[in-house]
Amino acid sequence: MTGTQEAEGHERALRELADKIIAQGEGPRLLTPSPVDRTMIKHWAEAMGDANPRYQGPDAIAPPAMIQVWSMDGLKRGDRPRLPLDDMFEALDERGFTGVVATNCEHTYHRHLVPGEHLTSTTRMSDLSGLKKTALGDGYFVTWNVTWYAQDKPVAEMIFRLLKFRPREERCPSEERKPYPLRPAVNRDTAFFWEGARSGELRIQKCGDCGELRHPPGPVCPSCRSTERTYAVAAGTGTVYSYVVHHHPPVPGRETPFAVAVVELPEGVRIVGNVVDRAPAEVEIGMPVRVVFQAMDDELILPMWTPGSPDANA
Amino acid sequence: MRTLEMAVGTTLPELVIPLTPTMIISTALATRDFTPVHHDTEIARAQGSQDIFLNILTTMGLVERFVTDWAGPEALIRGINVKLGVPAYAGDTLTFSGAVAERDGDTCVVDVRGMVSLGPHATGTVRFTL
Repeated sequence: MTGTQEAEGHERALRELADKIIAQGEGPRLLTPSPVDRTMIKHWAEAMGDANPRYQGPDAIAPPAMIQVWSMDGLKRGDRPRLPLDDMFEALDERGFTGVVATNCEHTYHRHLVPGEHLTSTTRMSDLSGLKKTALGDGYFVTWNVTWYAQDKPVAEMIFRLLKFRPREERCPSEERKPYPLRPAVNRDTAFFWEGARSGELRIQKCGDCGELRHPPGPVCPSCRSTERTYAVAAGTGTVYSYVVHHHPPVPGRETPFAVAVVELPEGVRIVGNVVDRAPAEVEIGMPVRVVFQAMDDELILPMWTPGSPDANA
Repeated sequence: MRTLEMAVGTTLPELVIPLTPTMIISTALATRDFTPVHHDTEIARAQGSQDIFLNILTTMGLVERFVTDWAGPEALIRGINVKLGVPAYAGDTLTFSGAVAERDGDTCVVDVRGMVSLGPHATGTVRFTL
């Protein structure tokens, strides 16, 4: 069997299993190992350094972000009943996708909880992605949803996504720290942009006189010819204005194919960047994207674009 | 009721959290997460990590704290949406920054970014009502 046929075989089998598990929907409602508990809230707030007075005193509420804590098995892991989702993970492990890294955690709180409340929860798997190439190795994204109930009413929900990947061959430590081979040209005109990327800001050059935004950065304002310059921090959202998918030739430090887009920002300028977290074939003109900052090595951070707007994720 | 500037674009005061081993371990245990990579350095290193690192339940808690530290106890958190990035290892520093992204009456959405020396650890949004 060729590598490709083998990969297609894996993909089919995993897809069938995923469809079966997804069709099963919610599992049974199980009582969470801990009820909402005053002392656990106190310990949590203390460890987090969270001095919010709402979590203290006789009228204390539970910190909303604690919702998953009530479901944790603690040291008695393995006691919980087996979930259909476990079959999915086992099937991925068997096919060599043994690596795991969590990528998304989304909570929605319908109301706050108070000490003494007993919760139940249900879990359902909601998605298995196609096979994706990632920086860690090839893998599948698995998504599941948890709903928590108090007295039969939903009180909170979670969407959790992780990547199950096939770890790459072991590399020696000196190789892992190898600098990314392509370096941006950093000079007095562009340094602010790269410093912004390092601190997680997408900075756009702004004329110090007329205030017009321009990108890429340059020494003179094309509108008023002023050499005074400053910058604005962009919201970090945009839409794909145009894009190309690079298949060949090979690019040092990159796996082909990859998508490079011209992204139109709501601030009115366009910027070029890689589209990540989506198969290049699924990139589309008009697709909403959001900036992410990817560490390429110990020093270089590049702004890239991931599908979705804050609205879509809220 | 305190008055607070919550117009779109308003930036939140930075929250700097030194990631001591005590911080990593006490938060892991306070979230009932006993996975060894969050408290046992040897096991964490054997699994390819450079040290023990923050667990996700704590990341969610710190994102929440970053927003309520600024918004005050009147703010009721309605949703937290986090994209997880590089690990937050013991010995590093986690710095949160953020800005108001949306404001609609009593509802406010804040963009949050938690950076460590390796890059973004957590980026996302927090929605709350007043």
